[in-house]
Amino acid sequence: MSGSIFIAAAGMGGRVEGEALAARDGFSARYDLDRSRGVFSRADHKLVGESYVGRVLVLDAAKGGVATAWMLHEMKARAVVPAALVLNTVNPIMVQGAALAGFTMISGFNLDITQAIPNGAWVEVDPTGERPFIRVVRSKI
Amino acid sequence: MKLAGEEEAMRAGECGPAAQWAIEHQIAVGRYLGADDFVSVTQAHIMADTESLGAAGVQWLERMAALPPDQRRLRIPAITDPRGTDFAAAHRLKQQPWMLDLERRAIAAFEALGVLMTNTCINYQTIMPPVFGEHVAYGDTGVVIYSNSVCGARSNFEGGPSALSAAVTGRTPRYGYHLDERRAATLVVDVGFTPRALDEWGALGAIVGRLAGDYWQVPALFGIDRVPGSDEMKHFGAALASYGSVALFHMVGITPEARREADIMAANATLPRHEVGEADIRAFAESHRRDIDRVDLVVFSAPQLSLVEMQQVAGLLDGRRATVPLLVVTSPQVKPDADRMGLTARIEAAGGSVLSGMCFYQSYAREMAEANGWQRLATNSAKLVNILGGYGYRPALLSMEACVDAACRDGRIAS
Repeated sequence: MSGSIFIAAAGMGGRVEGEALAARDGFSARYDLDRSRGVFSRADHKLVGESYVGRVLVLDAAKGGVATAWMLHEMKARAVVPAALVLNTVNPIMVQGAALAGFTMISGFNLDITQAIPNGAWVEVDPTGERPFIRVVRSKI
Repeated sequence: MKLAGEEEAMRAGECGPAAQWAIEHQIAVGRYLGADDFVSVTQAHIMADTESLGAAGVQWLERMAALPPDQRRLRIPAITDPRGTDFAAAHRLKQQPWMLDLERRAIAAFEALGVLMTNTCINYQTIMPPVFGEHVAYGDTGVVIYSNSVCGARSNFEGGPSALSAAVTGRTPRYGYHLDERRAATLVVDVGFTPRALDEWGALGAIVGRLAGDYWQVPALFGIDRVPGSDEMKHFGAALASYGSVALFHMVGITPEARREADIMAANATLPRHEVGEADIRAFAESHRRDIDRVDLVVFSAPQLSLVEMQQVAGLLDGRRATVPLLVVTSPQVKPDADRMGLTARIEAAGGSVLSGMCFYQSYAREMAEANGWQRLATNSAKLVNILGGYGYRPALLSMEACVDAACRDGRIAS
């Protein structure tokens, strides 16, 4: 698995590395997070109780409302923020939020990225080139 | 993206730093989402409660508002989504002074920018509904889905920064639901039961939202046997947008772009097809009241209540007394009419609280829960049920009548 690389359809932000927190579930900063404590708080979310701070979130689809467009900026200002967001499917709100916050995000793969990236793997996310990608550096930390 | 002359000028800073930032933001968004160019828009609706903005977002707004007026001019009318408080009720809600301070600062910044502080998520019922084919830049998912689907307007979900950018530049990247090809149906839902109550419409929206799954899906509903009213469409759309992140639906024979099946899907199209019946709607509601036989409060909100809903709540409360907190949230446009017509007095005489210009989940819901000891909540809004789980609540989806009953029976839910 180490060295596996997955190309995304689009990306923005800078290159980052971090521990992957992966699940086949959606993402909304308002619906799913306790942003003061930096954990997933939605009871029926697959990552409930997990800290997202500094992690590379690998999730299925952007969910919910428009608040994330501001919230990524607010989370980044307090440094209680994921390292990056990797999604099968974005909505405009995630893109707008990432653009405001200068946040790293890539999306759109030719497979289910939540199944391709092992939870706990150390990954590199690089949206800066022509072909944005996520690469598994080490399968487990 | 192809840029017109004025867009190039904005990008070069010739129209001031606000326009320069805004067009750069829009180009970044448009490139990511595959926009070829910009489309002119006529209105912007800005979601910007301070729980979402935080101190960093308020400071960001203040920096923009501090620019000289000629460098931060809005090109189109801009209005706002609900705020994070009703100042008249903040003490009762046990909201903290720092929250109110952030709200005052955000309001001052928006007013300096020339934004109209409408503080509503039902502008399509109260302010200026968009017309068929009108391109707009709306925030609040409920506003977008209603405007797209019921009015036939054209908007994507525009979060606060992007809606404000559209107000500054007068345009938005042309992607998603500004394009004809994106407005065709992508899945079909055969509905075997036309909901009667608002909570049932919300439940149907939630079920269809889960089936749709993401922003780029456009459900086409068959089988709705009557034309739903505005409040019914409001609850259906708000739940669909909340559960599925969906921005457009069609009801064949009802909504304006779907007069006939052929209007929204090709004759030989083989789309995913689902059936939803009464049992599914009942099961959905039941799943959201399991193990809850008593609630700490009752909330009517999300979306804000229309004048008609205010009348319905007032009628259900006549001659009764709420013995747990009963919050009835409406818009600053509806509230004066509700006052003038005696609806507010009837609700408050029965122990309810009428709140204006806020929305429950946008008003520091987690902090209100902790300060007031609230956890179990009854509402007739499926959207509110969906959101509040992440804020530590245990919400139950009930009819408006059952919600009022619970409020008047010490929170007990009738079995």
